[in-house]
Amino acid sequence: MSGAPSFPVNCVAQHMETTAEYDLECISVSKKFGTVQAVDDVSLTIPKGSFFSILGPSGCGKTTLMRMIAGFEHPNSGDIRIKGKSVVNTPPNKRNVKMVFQHLALFPMMNVFENIAYGLRCGGVPASEIETRVKDVLERIALPDVANREIHQLSGGQKQRIAIARCMVLKPDVLLLDEPLGALDLKLREAMKIELKLLQHQFETTFLYITHDQSEALVMSDNVAVMNSGKFEQIGTPQNLYHDPATAFVAGFVGDTNRWAGKATSSNGSVIKLETDTGRQVSGAARGTGKISQGDKVTAFVRPEHITAEKLDKKSRAQTAAAKNVISGTVESLLFNGANSRVLVRDQSGDLVEAEVVLTGGSQDMKPGDDVTLNWAAQQTMCFVT
Amino acid sequence: MQKDIRRLSLILLFTPFALWIVLLIILPHIGMVILSLREKVAPRVYEYGLANYIDFINEPIYWNTLLRTGMMSLLVTTLALLIGFPIAYYIAKIAGNRTRGALFLLCLIPLWVSDLIRAFGWILLLRETGVVSSTLVWAGIINQPIEFLYNDVTVVVGLVYTVILFMIVPLVSTLDGMDNSMIEAGYNLGGNGPTVLRRIIIPYAMPGIVAGCIVVFMLTAGSYLTPILLGGKNSSWFTEQIYDQFITRYNWESGAAFGFLLLAFTSIVVWLGLKLSGQTLSTTVAKS
Repeated sequence: MSGAPSFPVNCVAQHMETTAEYDLECISVSKKFGTVQAVDDVSLTIPKGSFFSILGPSGCGKTTLMRMIAGFEHPNSGDIRIKGKSVVNTPPNKRNVKMVFQHLALFPMMNVFENIAYGLRCGGVPASEIETRVKDVLERIALPDVANREIHQLSGGQKQRIAIARCMVLKPDVLLLDEPLGALDLKLREAMKIELKLLQHQFETTFLYITHDQSEALVMSDNVAVMNSGKFEQIGTPQNLYHDPATAFVAGFVGDTNRWAGKATSSNGSVIKLETDTGRQVSGAARGTGKISQGDKVTAFVRPEHITAEKLDKKSRAQTAAAKNVISGTVESLLFNGANSRVLVRDQSGDLVEAEVVLTGGSQDMKPGDDVTLNWAAQQTMCFVT
Repeated sequence: MQKDIRRLSLILLFTPFALWIVLLIILPHIGMVILSLREKVAPRVYEYGLANYIDFINEPIYWNTLLRTGMMSLLVTTLALLIGFPIAYYIAKIAGNRTRGALFLLCLIPLWVSDLIRAFGWILLLRETGVVSSTLVWAGIINQPIEFLYNDVTVVVGLVYTVILFMIVPLVSTLDGMDNSMIEAGYNLGGNGPTVLRRIIIPYAMPGIVAGCIVVFMLTAGSYLTPILLGGKNSSWFTEQIYDQFITRYNWESGAAFGFLLLAFTSIVVWLGLKLSGQTLSTTVAKS
């Protein structure tokens, strides 16, 4: 972790004073399973009422971190605080953190009403109040008539909402969600993303969402932490992660990119020139914290939407400024996807480059076999020392 | 053509099952019912009537034995459940993947030895000159050797030992199908250990519990070897009565009536159990 001042997360001293504003804090939490360091010195703070995601590939330790917050695992070191109070030694059933499990874990032997009432009964809430609170929460998730249904009679999306309602009826300080959309089909997943965001606004509760799907994290979250092999690579807003990745891992993991490995041939600190392993000259900008000097090994990332592809016969070379990278090649294939259509271009050094294009369906559209030039600004080539 | 082949294979597959049901279950039972309704009025002269059943009702020792067998079997079933559930839970939920197989195998190993040999094993341990008694004398805890055999406690212990496996197997298979996150959700939503056990684990395992109880109860009530060998003449097990009628007294009519009464009695108990637990055969025995 870089410790850049733009992430308030790392300044322990700062949040010691303002601790009550955070619903959840993790301070230098570590967990080891045998010889495997699952979670390695992770710190995070989640402000009240925000939607926070932890994004990472499977096996990066995000589920372990969540299970420690819920109390199913005990951290080897570090502290976890909920509303400013340490809960490390509190058993899971005494923590006011509720969890939506990956496969929801609704109780199949109880109906919807009993599933939601379960937590209230455990808390000793009187029967009449249980009745009104369950009814109330079912109305808030827009499923007022399902109280007497059995779990197997519900659709995937309804189960999802019942699982959230079962937690929200207990008015938790933090709601943990462990990849709950993973089991749904694509269409429903898209709809649930928006719905989850709306539910979070409606309940005004802090959500901590765990996922390996970057689009889920980017669409729903106020803040995202990108996690890799037990550590946080970067914490920031979705825009921040996408446009200003702090590490090569974040640049490669968040969003689609073209990726080249190469060597810096010259450098003035921020603007560098590099030669890729396949021998192409590219100018780029140093990102992240590591300084790039001449001779360093470098990984460069360019997002497809920053590359402009133009047919050669258009004669538009004039606008190619000095700071731009220009390469020419042949269209190998079109990846049509409506407004997000792309072309795969084979350049002279043999690399495949992905670029965004507008396909209108007219005769001017690119076709496989067309000769094209690709150009993009040096500023858009994100370079990291490797 | 295709249809004929399918029909033929269905018939071929179904035949052994049909033969088994008809020849070994239905026919003998019809024979038993007919036999039990006959009464001997003179040598080789029979009349149809309910005399055998009326005899059973009029002779308290008969129905007392049946009731006693039923109560003891219920006790054995309860004990097998109480002991078997933690074992099954450990195997299915707590043990690691590799130990699980080993533990399951360990449970199965006693089945490789016949009932008879296992009962003799108990006799070796528990008789007056047996291992337990001698050890206690040697250790100075008791002065004289004690006979541990031929009492109800020994019979119950021996029966529980014989049947507990049939409780563990269905329990392991239902508990195995339970997602661990269901238990975690139970805690997460504020339940403590007893609540999670009572409201989540037991209701989820109910089909396995009922299936195990039915099998164990039937096996116990119909067992013969263990009560006779460990309980001796005092055991008053109902199967012993049936054996007596058939073999010792050569009164097949009465024996058939007793056999039928045992079947009816155990069926009623199972039916009551299903009613009380709100389960059906199709959700329990058929499922596990």
